Amino acid sequence: MDIRNRIAKRAAEYFKAGDVVNLGVGIPGMCSDYAVPGVMFHTENGFIGVGPAATGVQKVEAFSNASSTEFVPVFGSCAFDSAESFAIVRSGRLAATVLGGLQIAENGDLANWTRPGGKFGMGGAMDLVNGVRKVIVAMELCAKNGSPKIVKDCSYPLTGKRCVNHVVTEQCVIDVTPQGLLLVEVLDGLSPEDIQRQVEPRLIVSSSLKQMER
Amino acid sequence: MPGKIRSRDEIIAQFKDGQTVMCGGMHNHGTPNALIQCVIDSGARHLTVISIDSADANLTLGRLFHHRLVDKIITSYIGRNTEVVAMLEAGEIEVEFVPQGSLVERVRCGGAGLGGVLTKTGLGTVVEEGRQIVEVNGTGEKYLLETALRADIGLVRARMADPLGNLAYRGTMRNFNPLIATAADLTLVDADMLMDVDEIGIDRIGTPGVYVDMVLAK
Repeated sequence: MDIRNRIAKRAAEYFKAGDVVNLGVGIPGMCSDYAVPGVMFHTENGFIGVGPAATGVQKVEAFSNASSTEFVPVFGSCAFDSAESFAIVRSGRLAATVLGGLQIAENGDLANWTRPGGKFGMGGAMDLVNGVRKVIVAMELCAKNGSPKIVKDCSYPLTGKRCVNHVVTEQCVIDVTPQGLLLVEVLDGLSPEDIQRQVEPRLIVSSSLKQMER
Repeated sequence: MPGKIRSRDEIIAQFKDGQTVMCGGMHNHGTPNALIQCVIDSGARHLTVISIDSADANLTLGRLFHHRLVDKIITSYIGRNTEVVAMLEAGEIEVEFVPQGSLVERVRCGGAGLGGVLTKTGLGTVVEEGRQIVEVNGTGEKYLLETALRADIGLVRARMADPLGNLAYRGTMRNFNPLIATAADLTLVDADMLMDVDEIGIDRIGTPGVYVDMVLAK
């Protein structure tokens, strides 16, 4: 399994039947391929029940997700306006959101919407990290230039303070706890020291450390 | 009986330089494209646009930026539109970013006779800049105050409209549209289908006609 699918598959293990979940673009969007049956997907533009990508005559303007991809609604779907959509987000009705990450701090601060001086905008990310019950960051452990993305303090503009619960990467799974960052899973063939070398804060190694599947 | 159905020429005559225009749609879906063409044909310039995003370059809402009709946009995201990003970098457009949920609530307040709303979204981020932090008496809870937003003109896409201006939507084409219908001095509608009075179905109506001023004739 390639790195991106490995991350998506592991992040999707946090979902259980009955959950309503929001997925960001990129690797997070791939989590729907690995979710257990009974999970429903929410999209910011006003829908619960986002299904597989539409093809042919199924492609209609009235069913598109927040990345502008047309989808087929699943049985039991419902549509609503943007205000309702974000009321659902802020009020904790979503069991989980999976987002990308640029930097995550030791205390759970998340920076994922822009680099300094970026000019794209935050979209709905700040609402999601503020209201969703479980915030899961799915990303590669280090930046493309090899620099750490798990840092002592975020230098990039924040999406939210103390909001991250779990970080899933291609090499490990880390939980954010009141005591600090807890290393709970390490990829088959790697050691906790291998992970520690690639992050800034001191990791706490779980006493029940598990092996992450390749 | 035409009711609120208006000709294209009557709609075009509503647009003036310097107006604030709110527009429904998200990422090119559920966008009032026929009304956007009316804005372009009116020749109005120096507009302020309020919308969830700026669409794609020269597509749907993006056509207003392509034609250089917009001085300022209040939005949550411009990353899909390479032209708007380039204009921002060149100092040719002012962009005010608002978290998407807060932007929508500001418009809802504008349409509901409210002054604003308290939210935790954006606390501890750059969104705090220029905003009032409110601590609600006795709770110790802190919130950002997001103030109401209104516009001179609202551009709404609906699936169905009747002569009274009652509207129905379909799926995710709904998005920002029902909020915008409530929050402008003049609400204009681009409907896919024009229906007879009472034909939409009482329980199917998503926006009561009382909010709507003009529906673009077919």
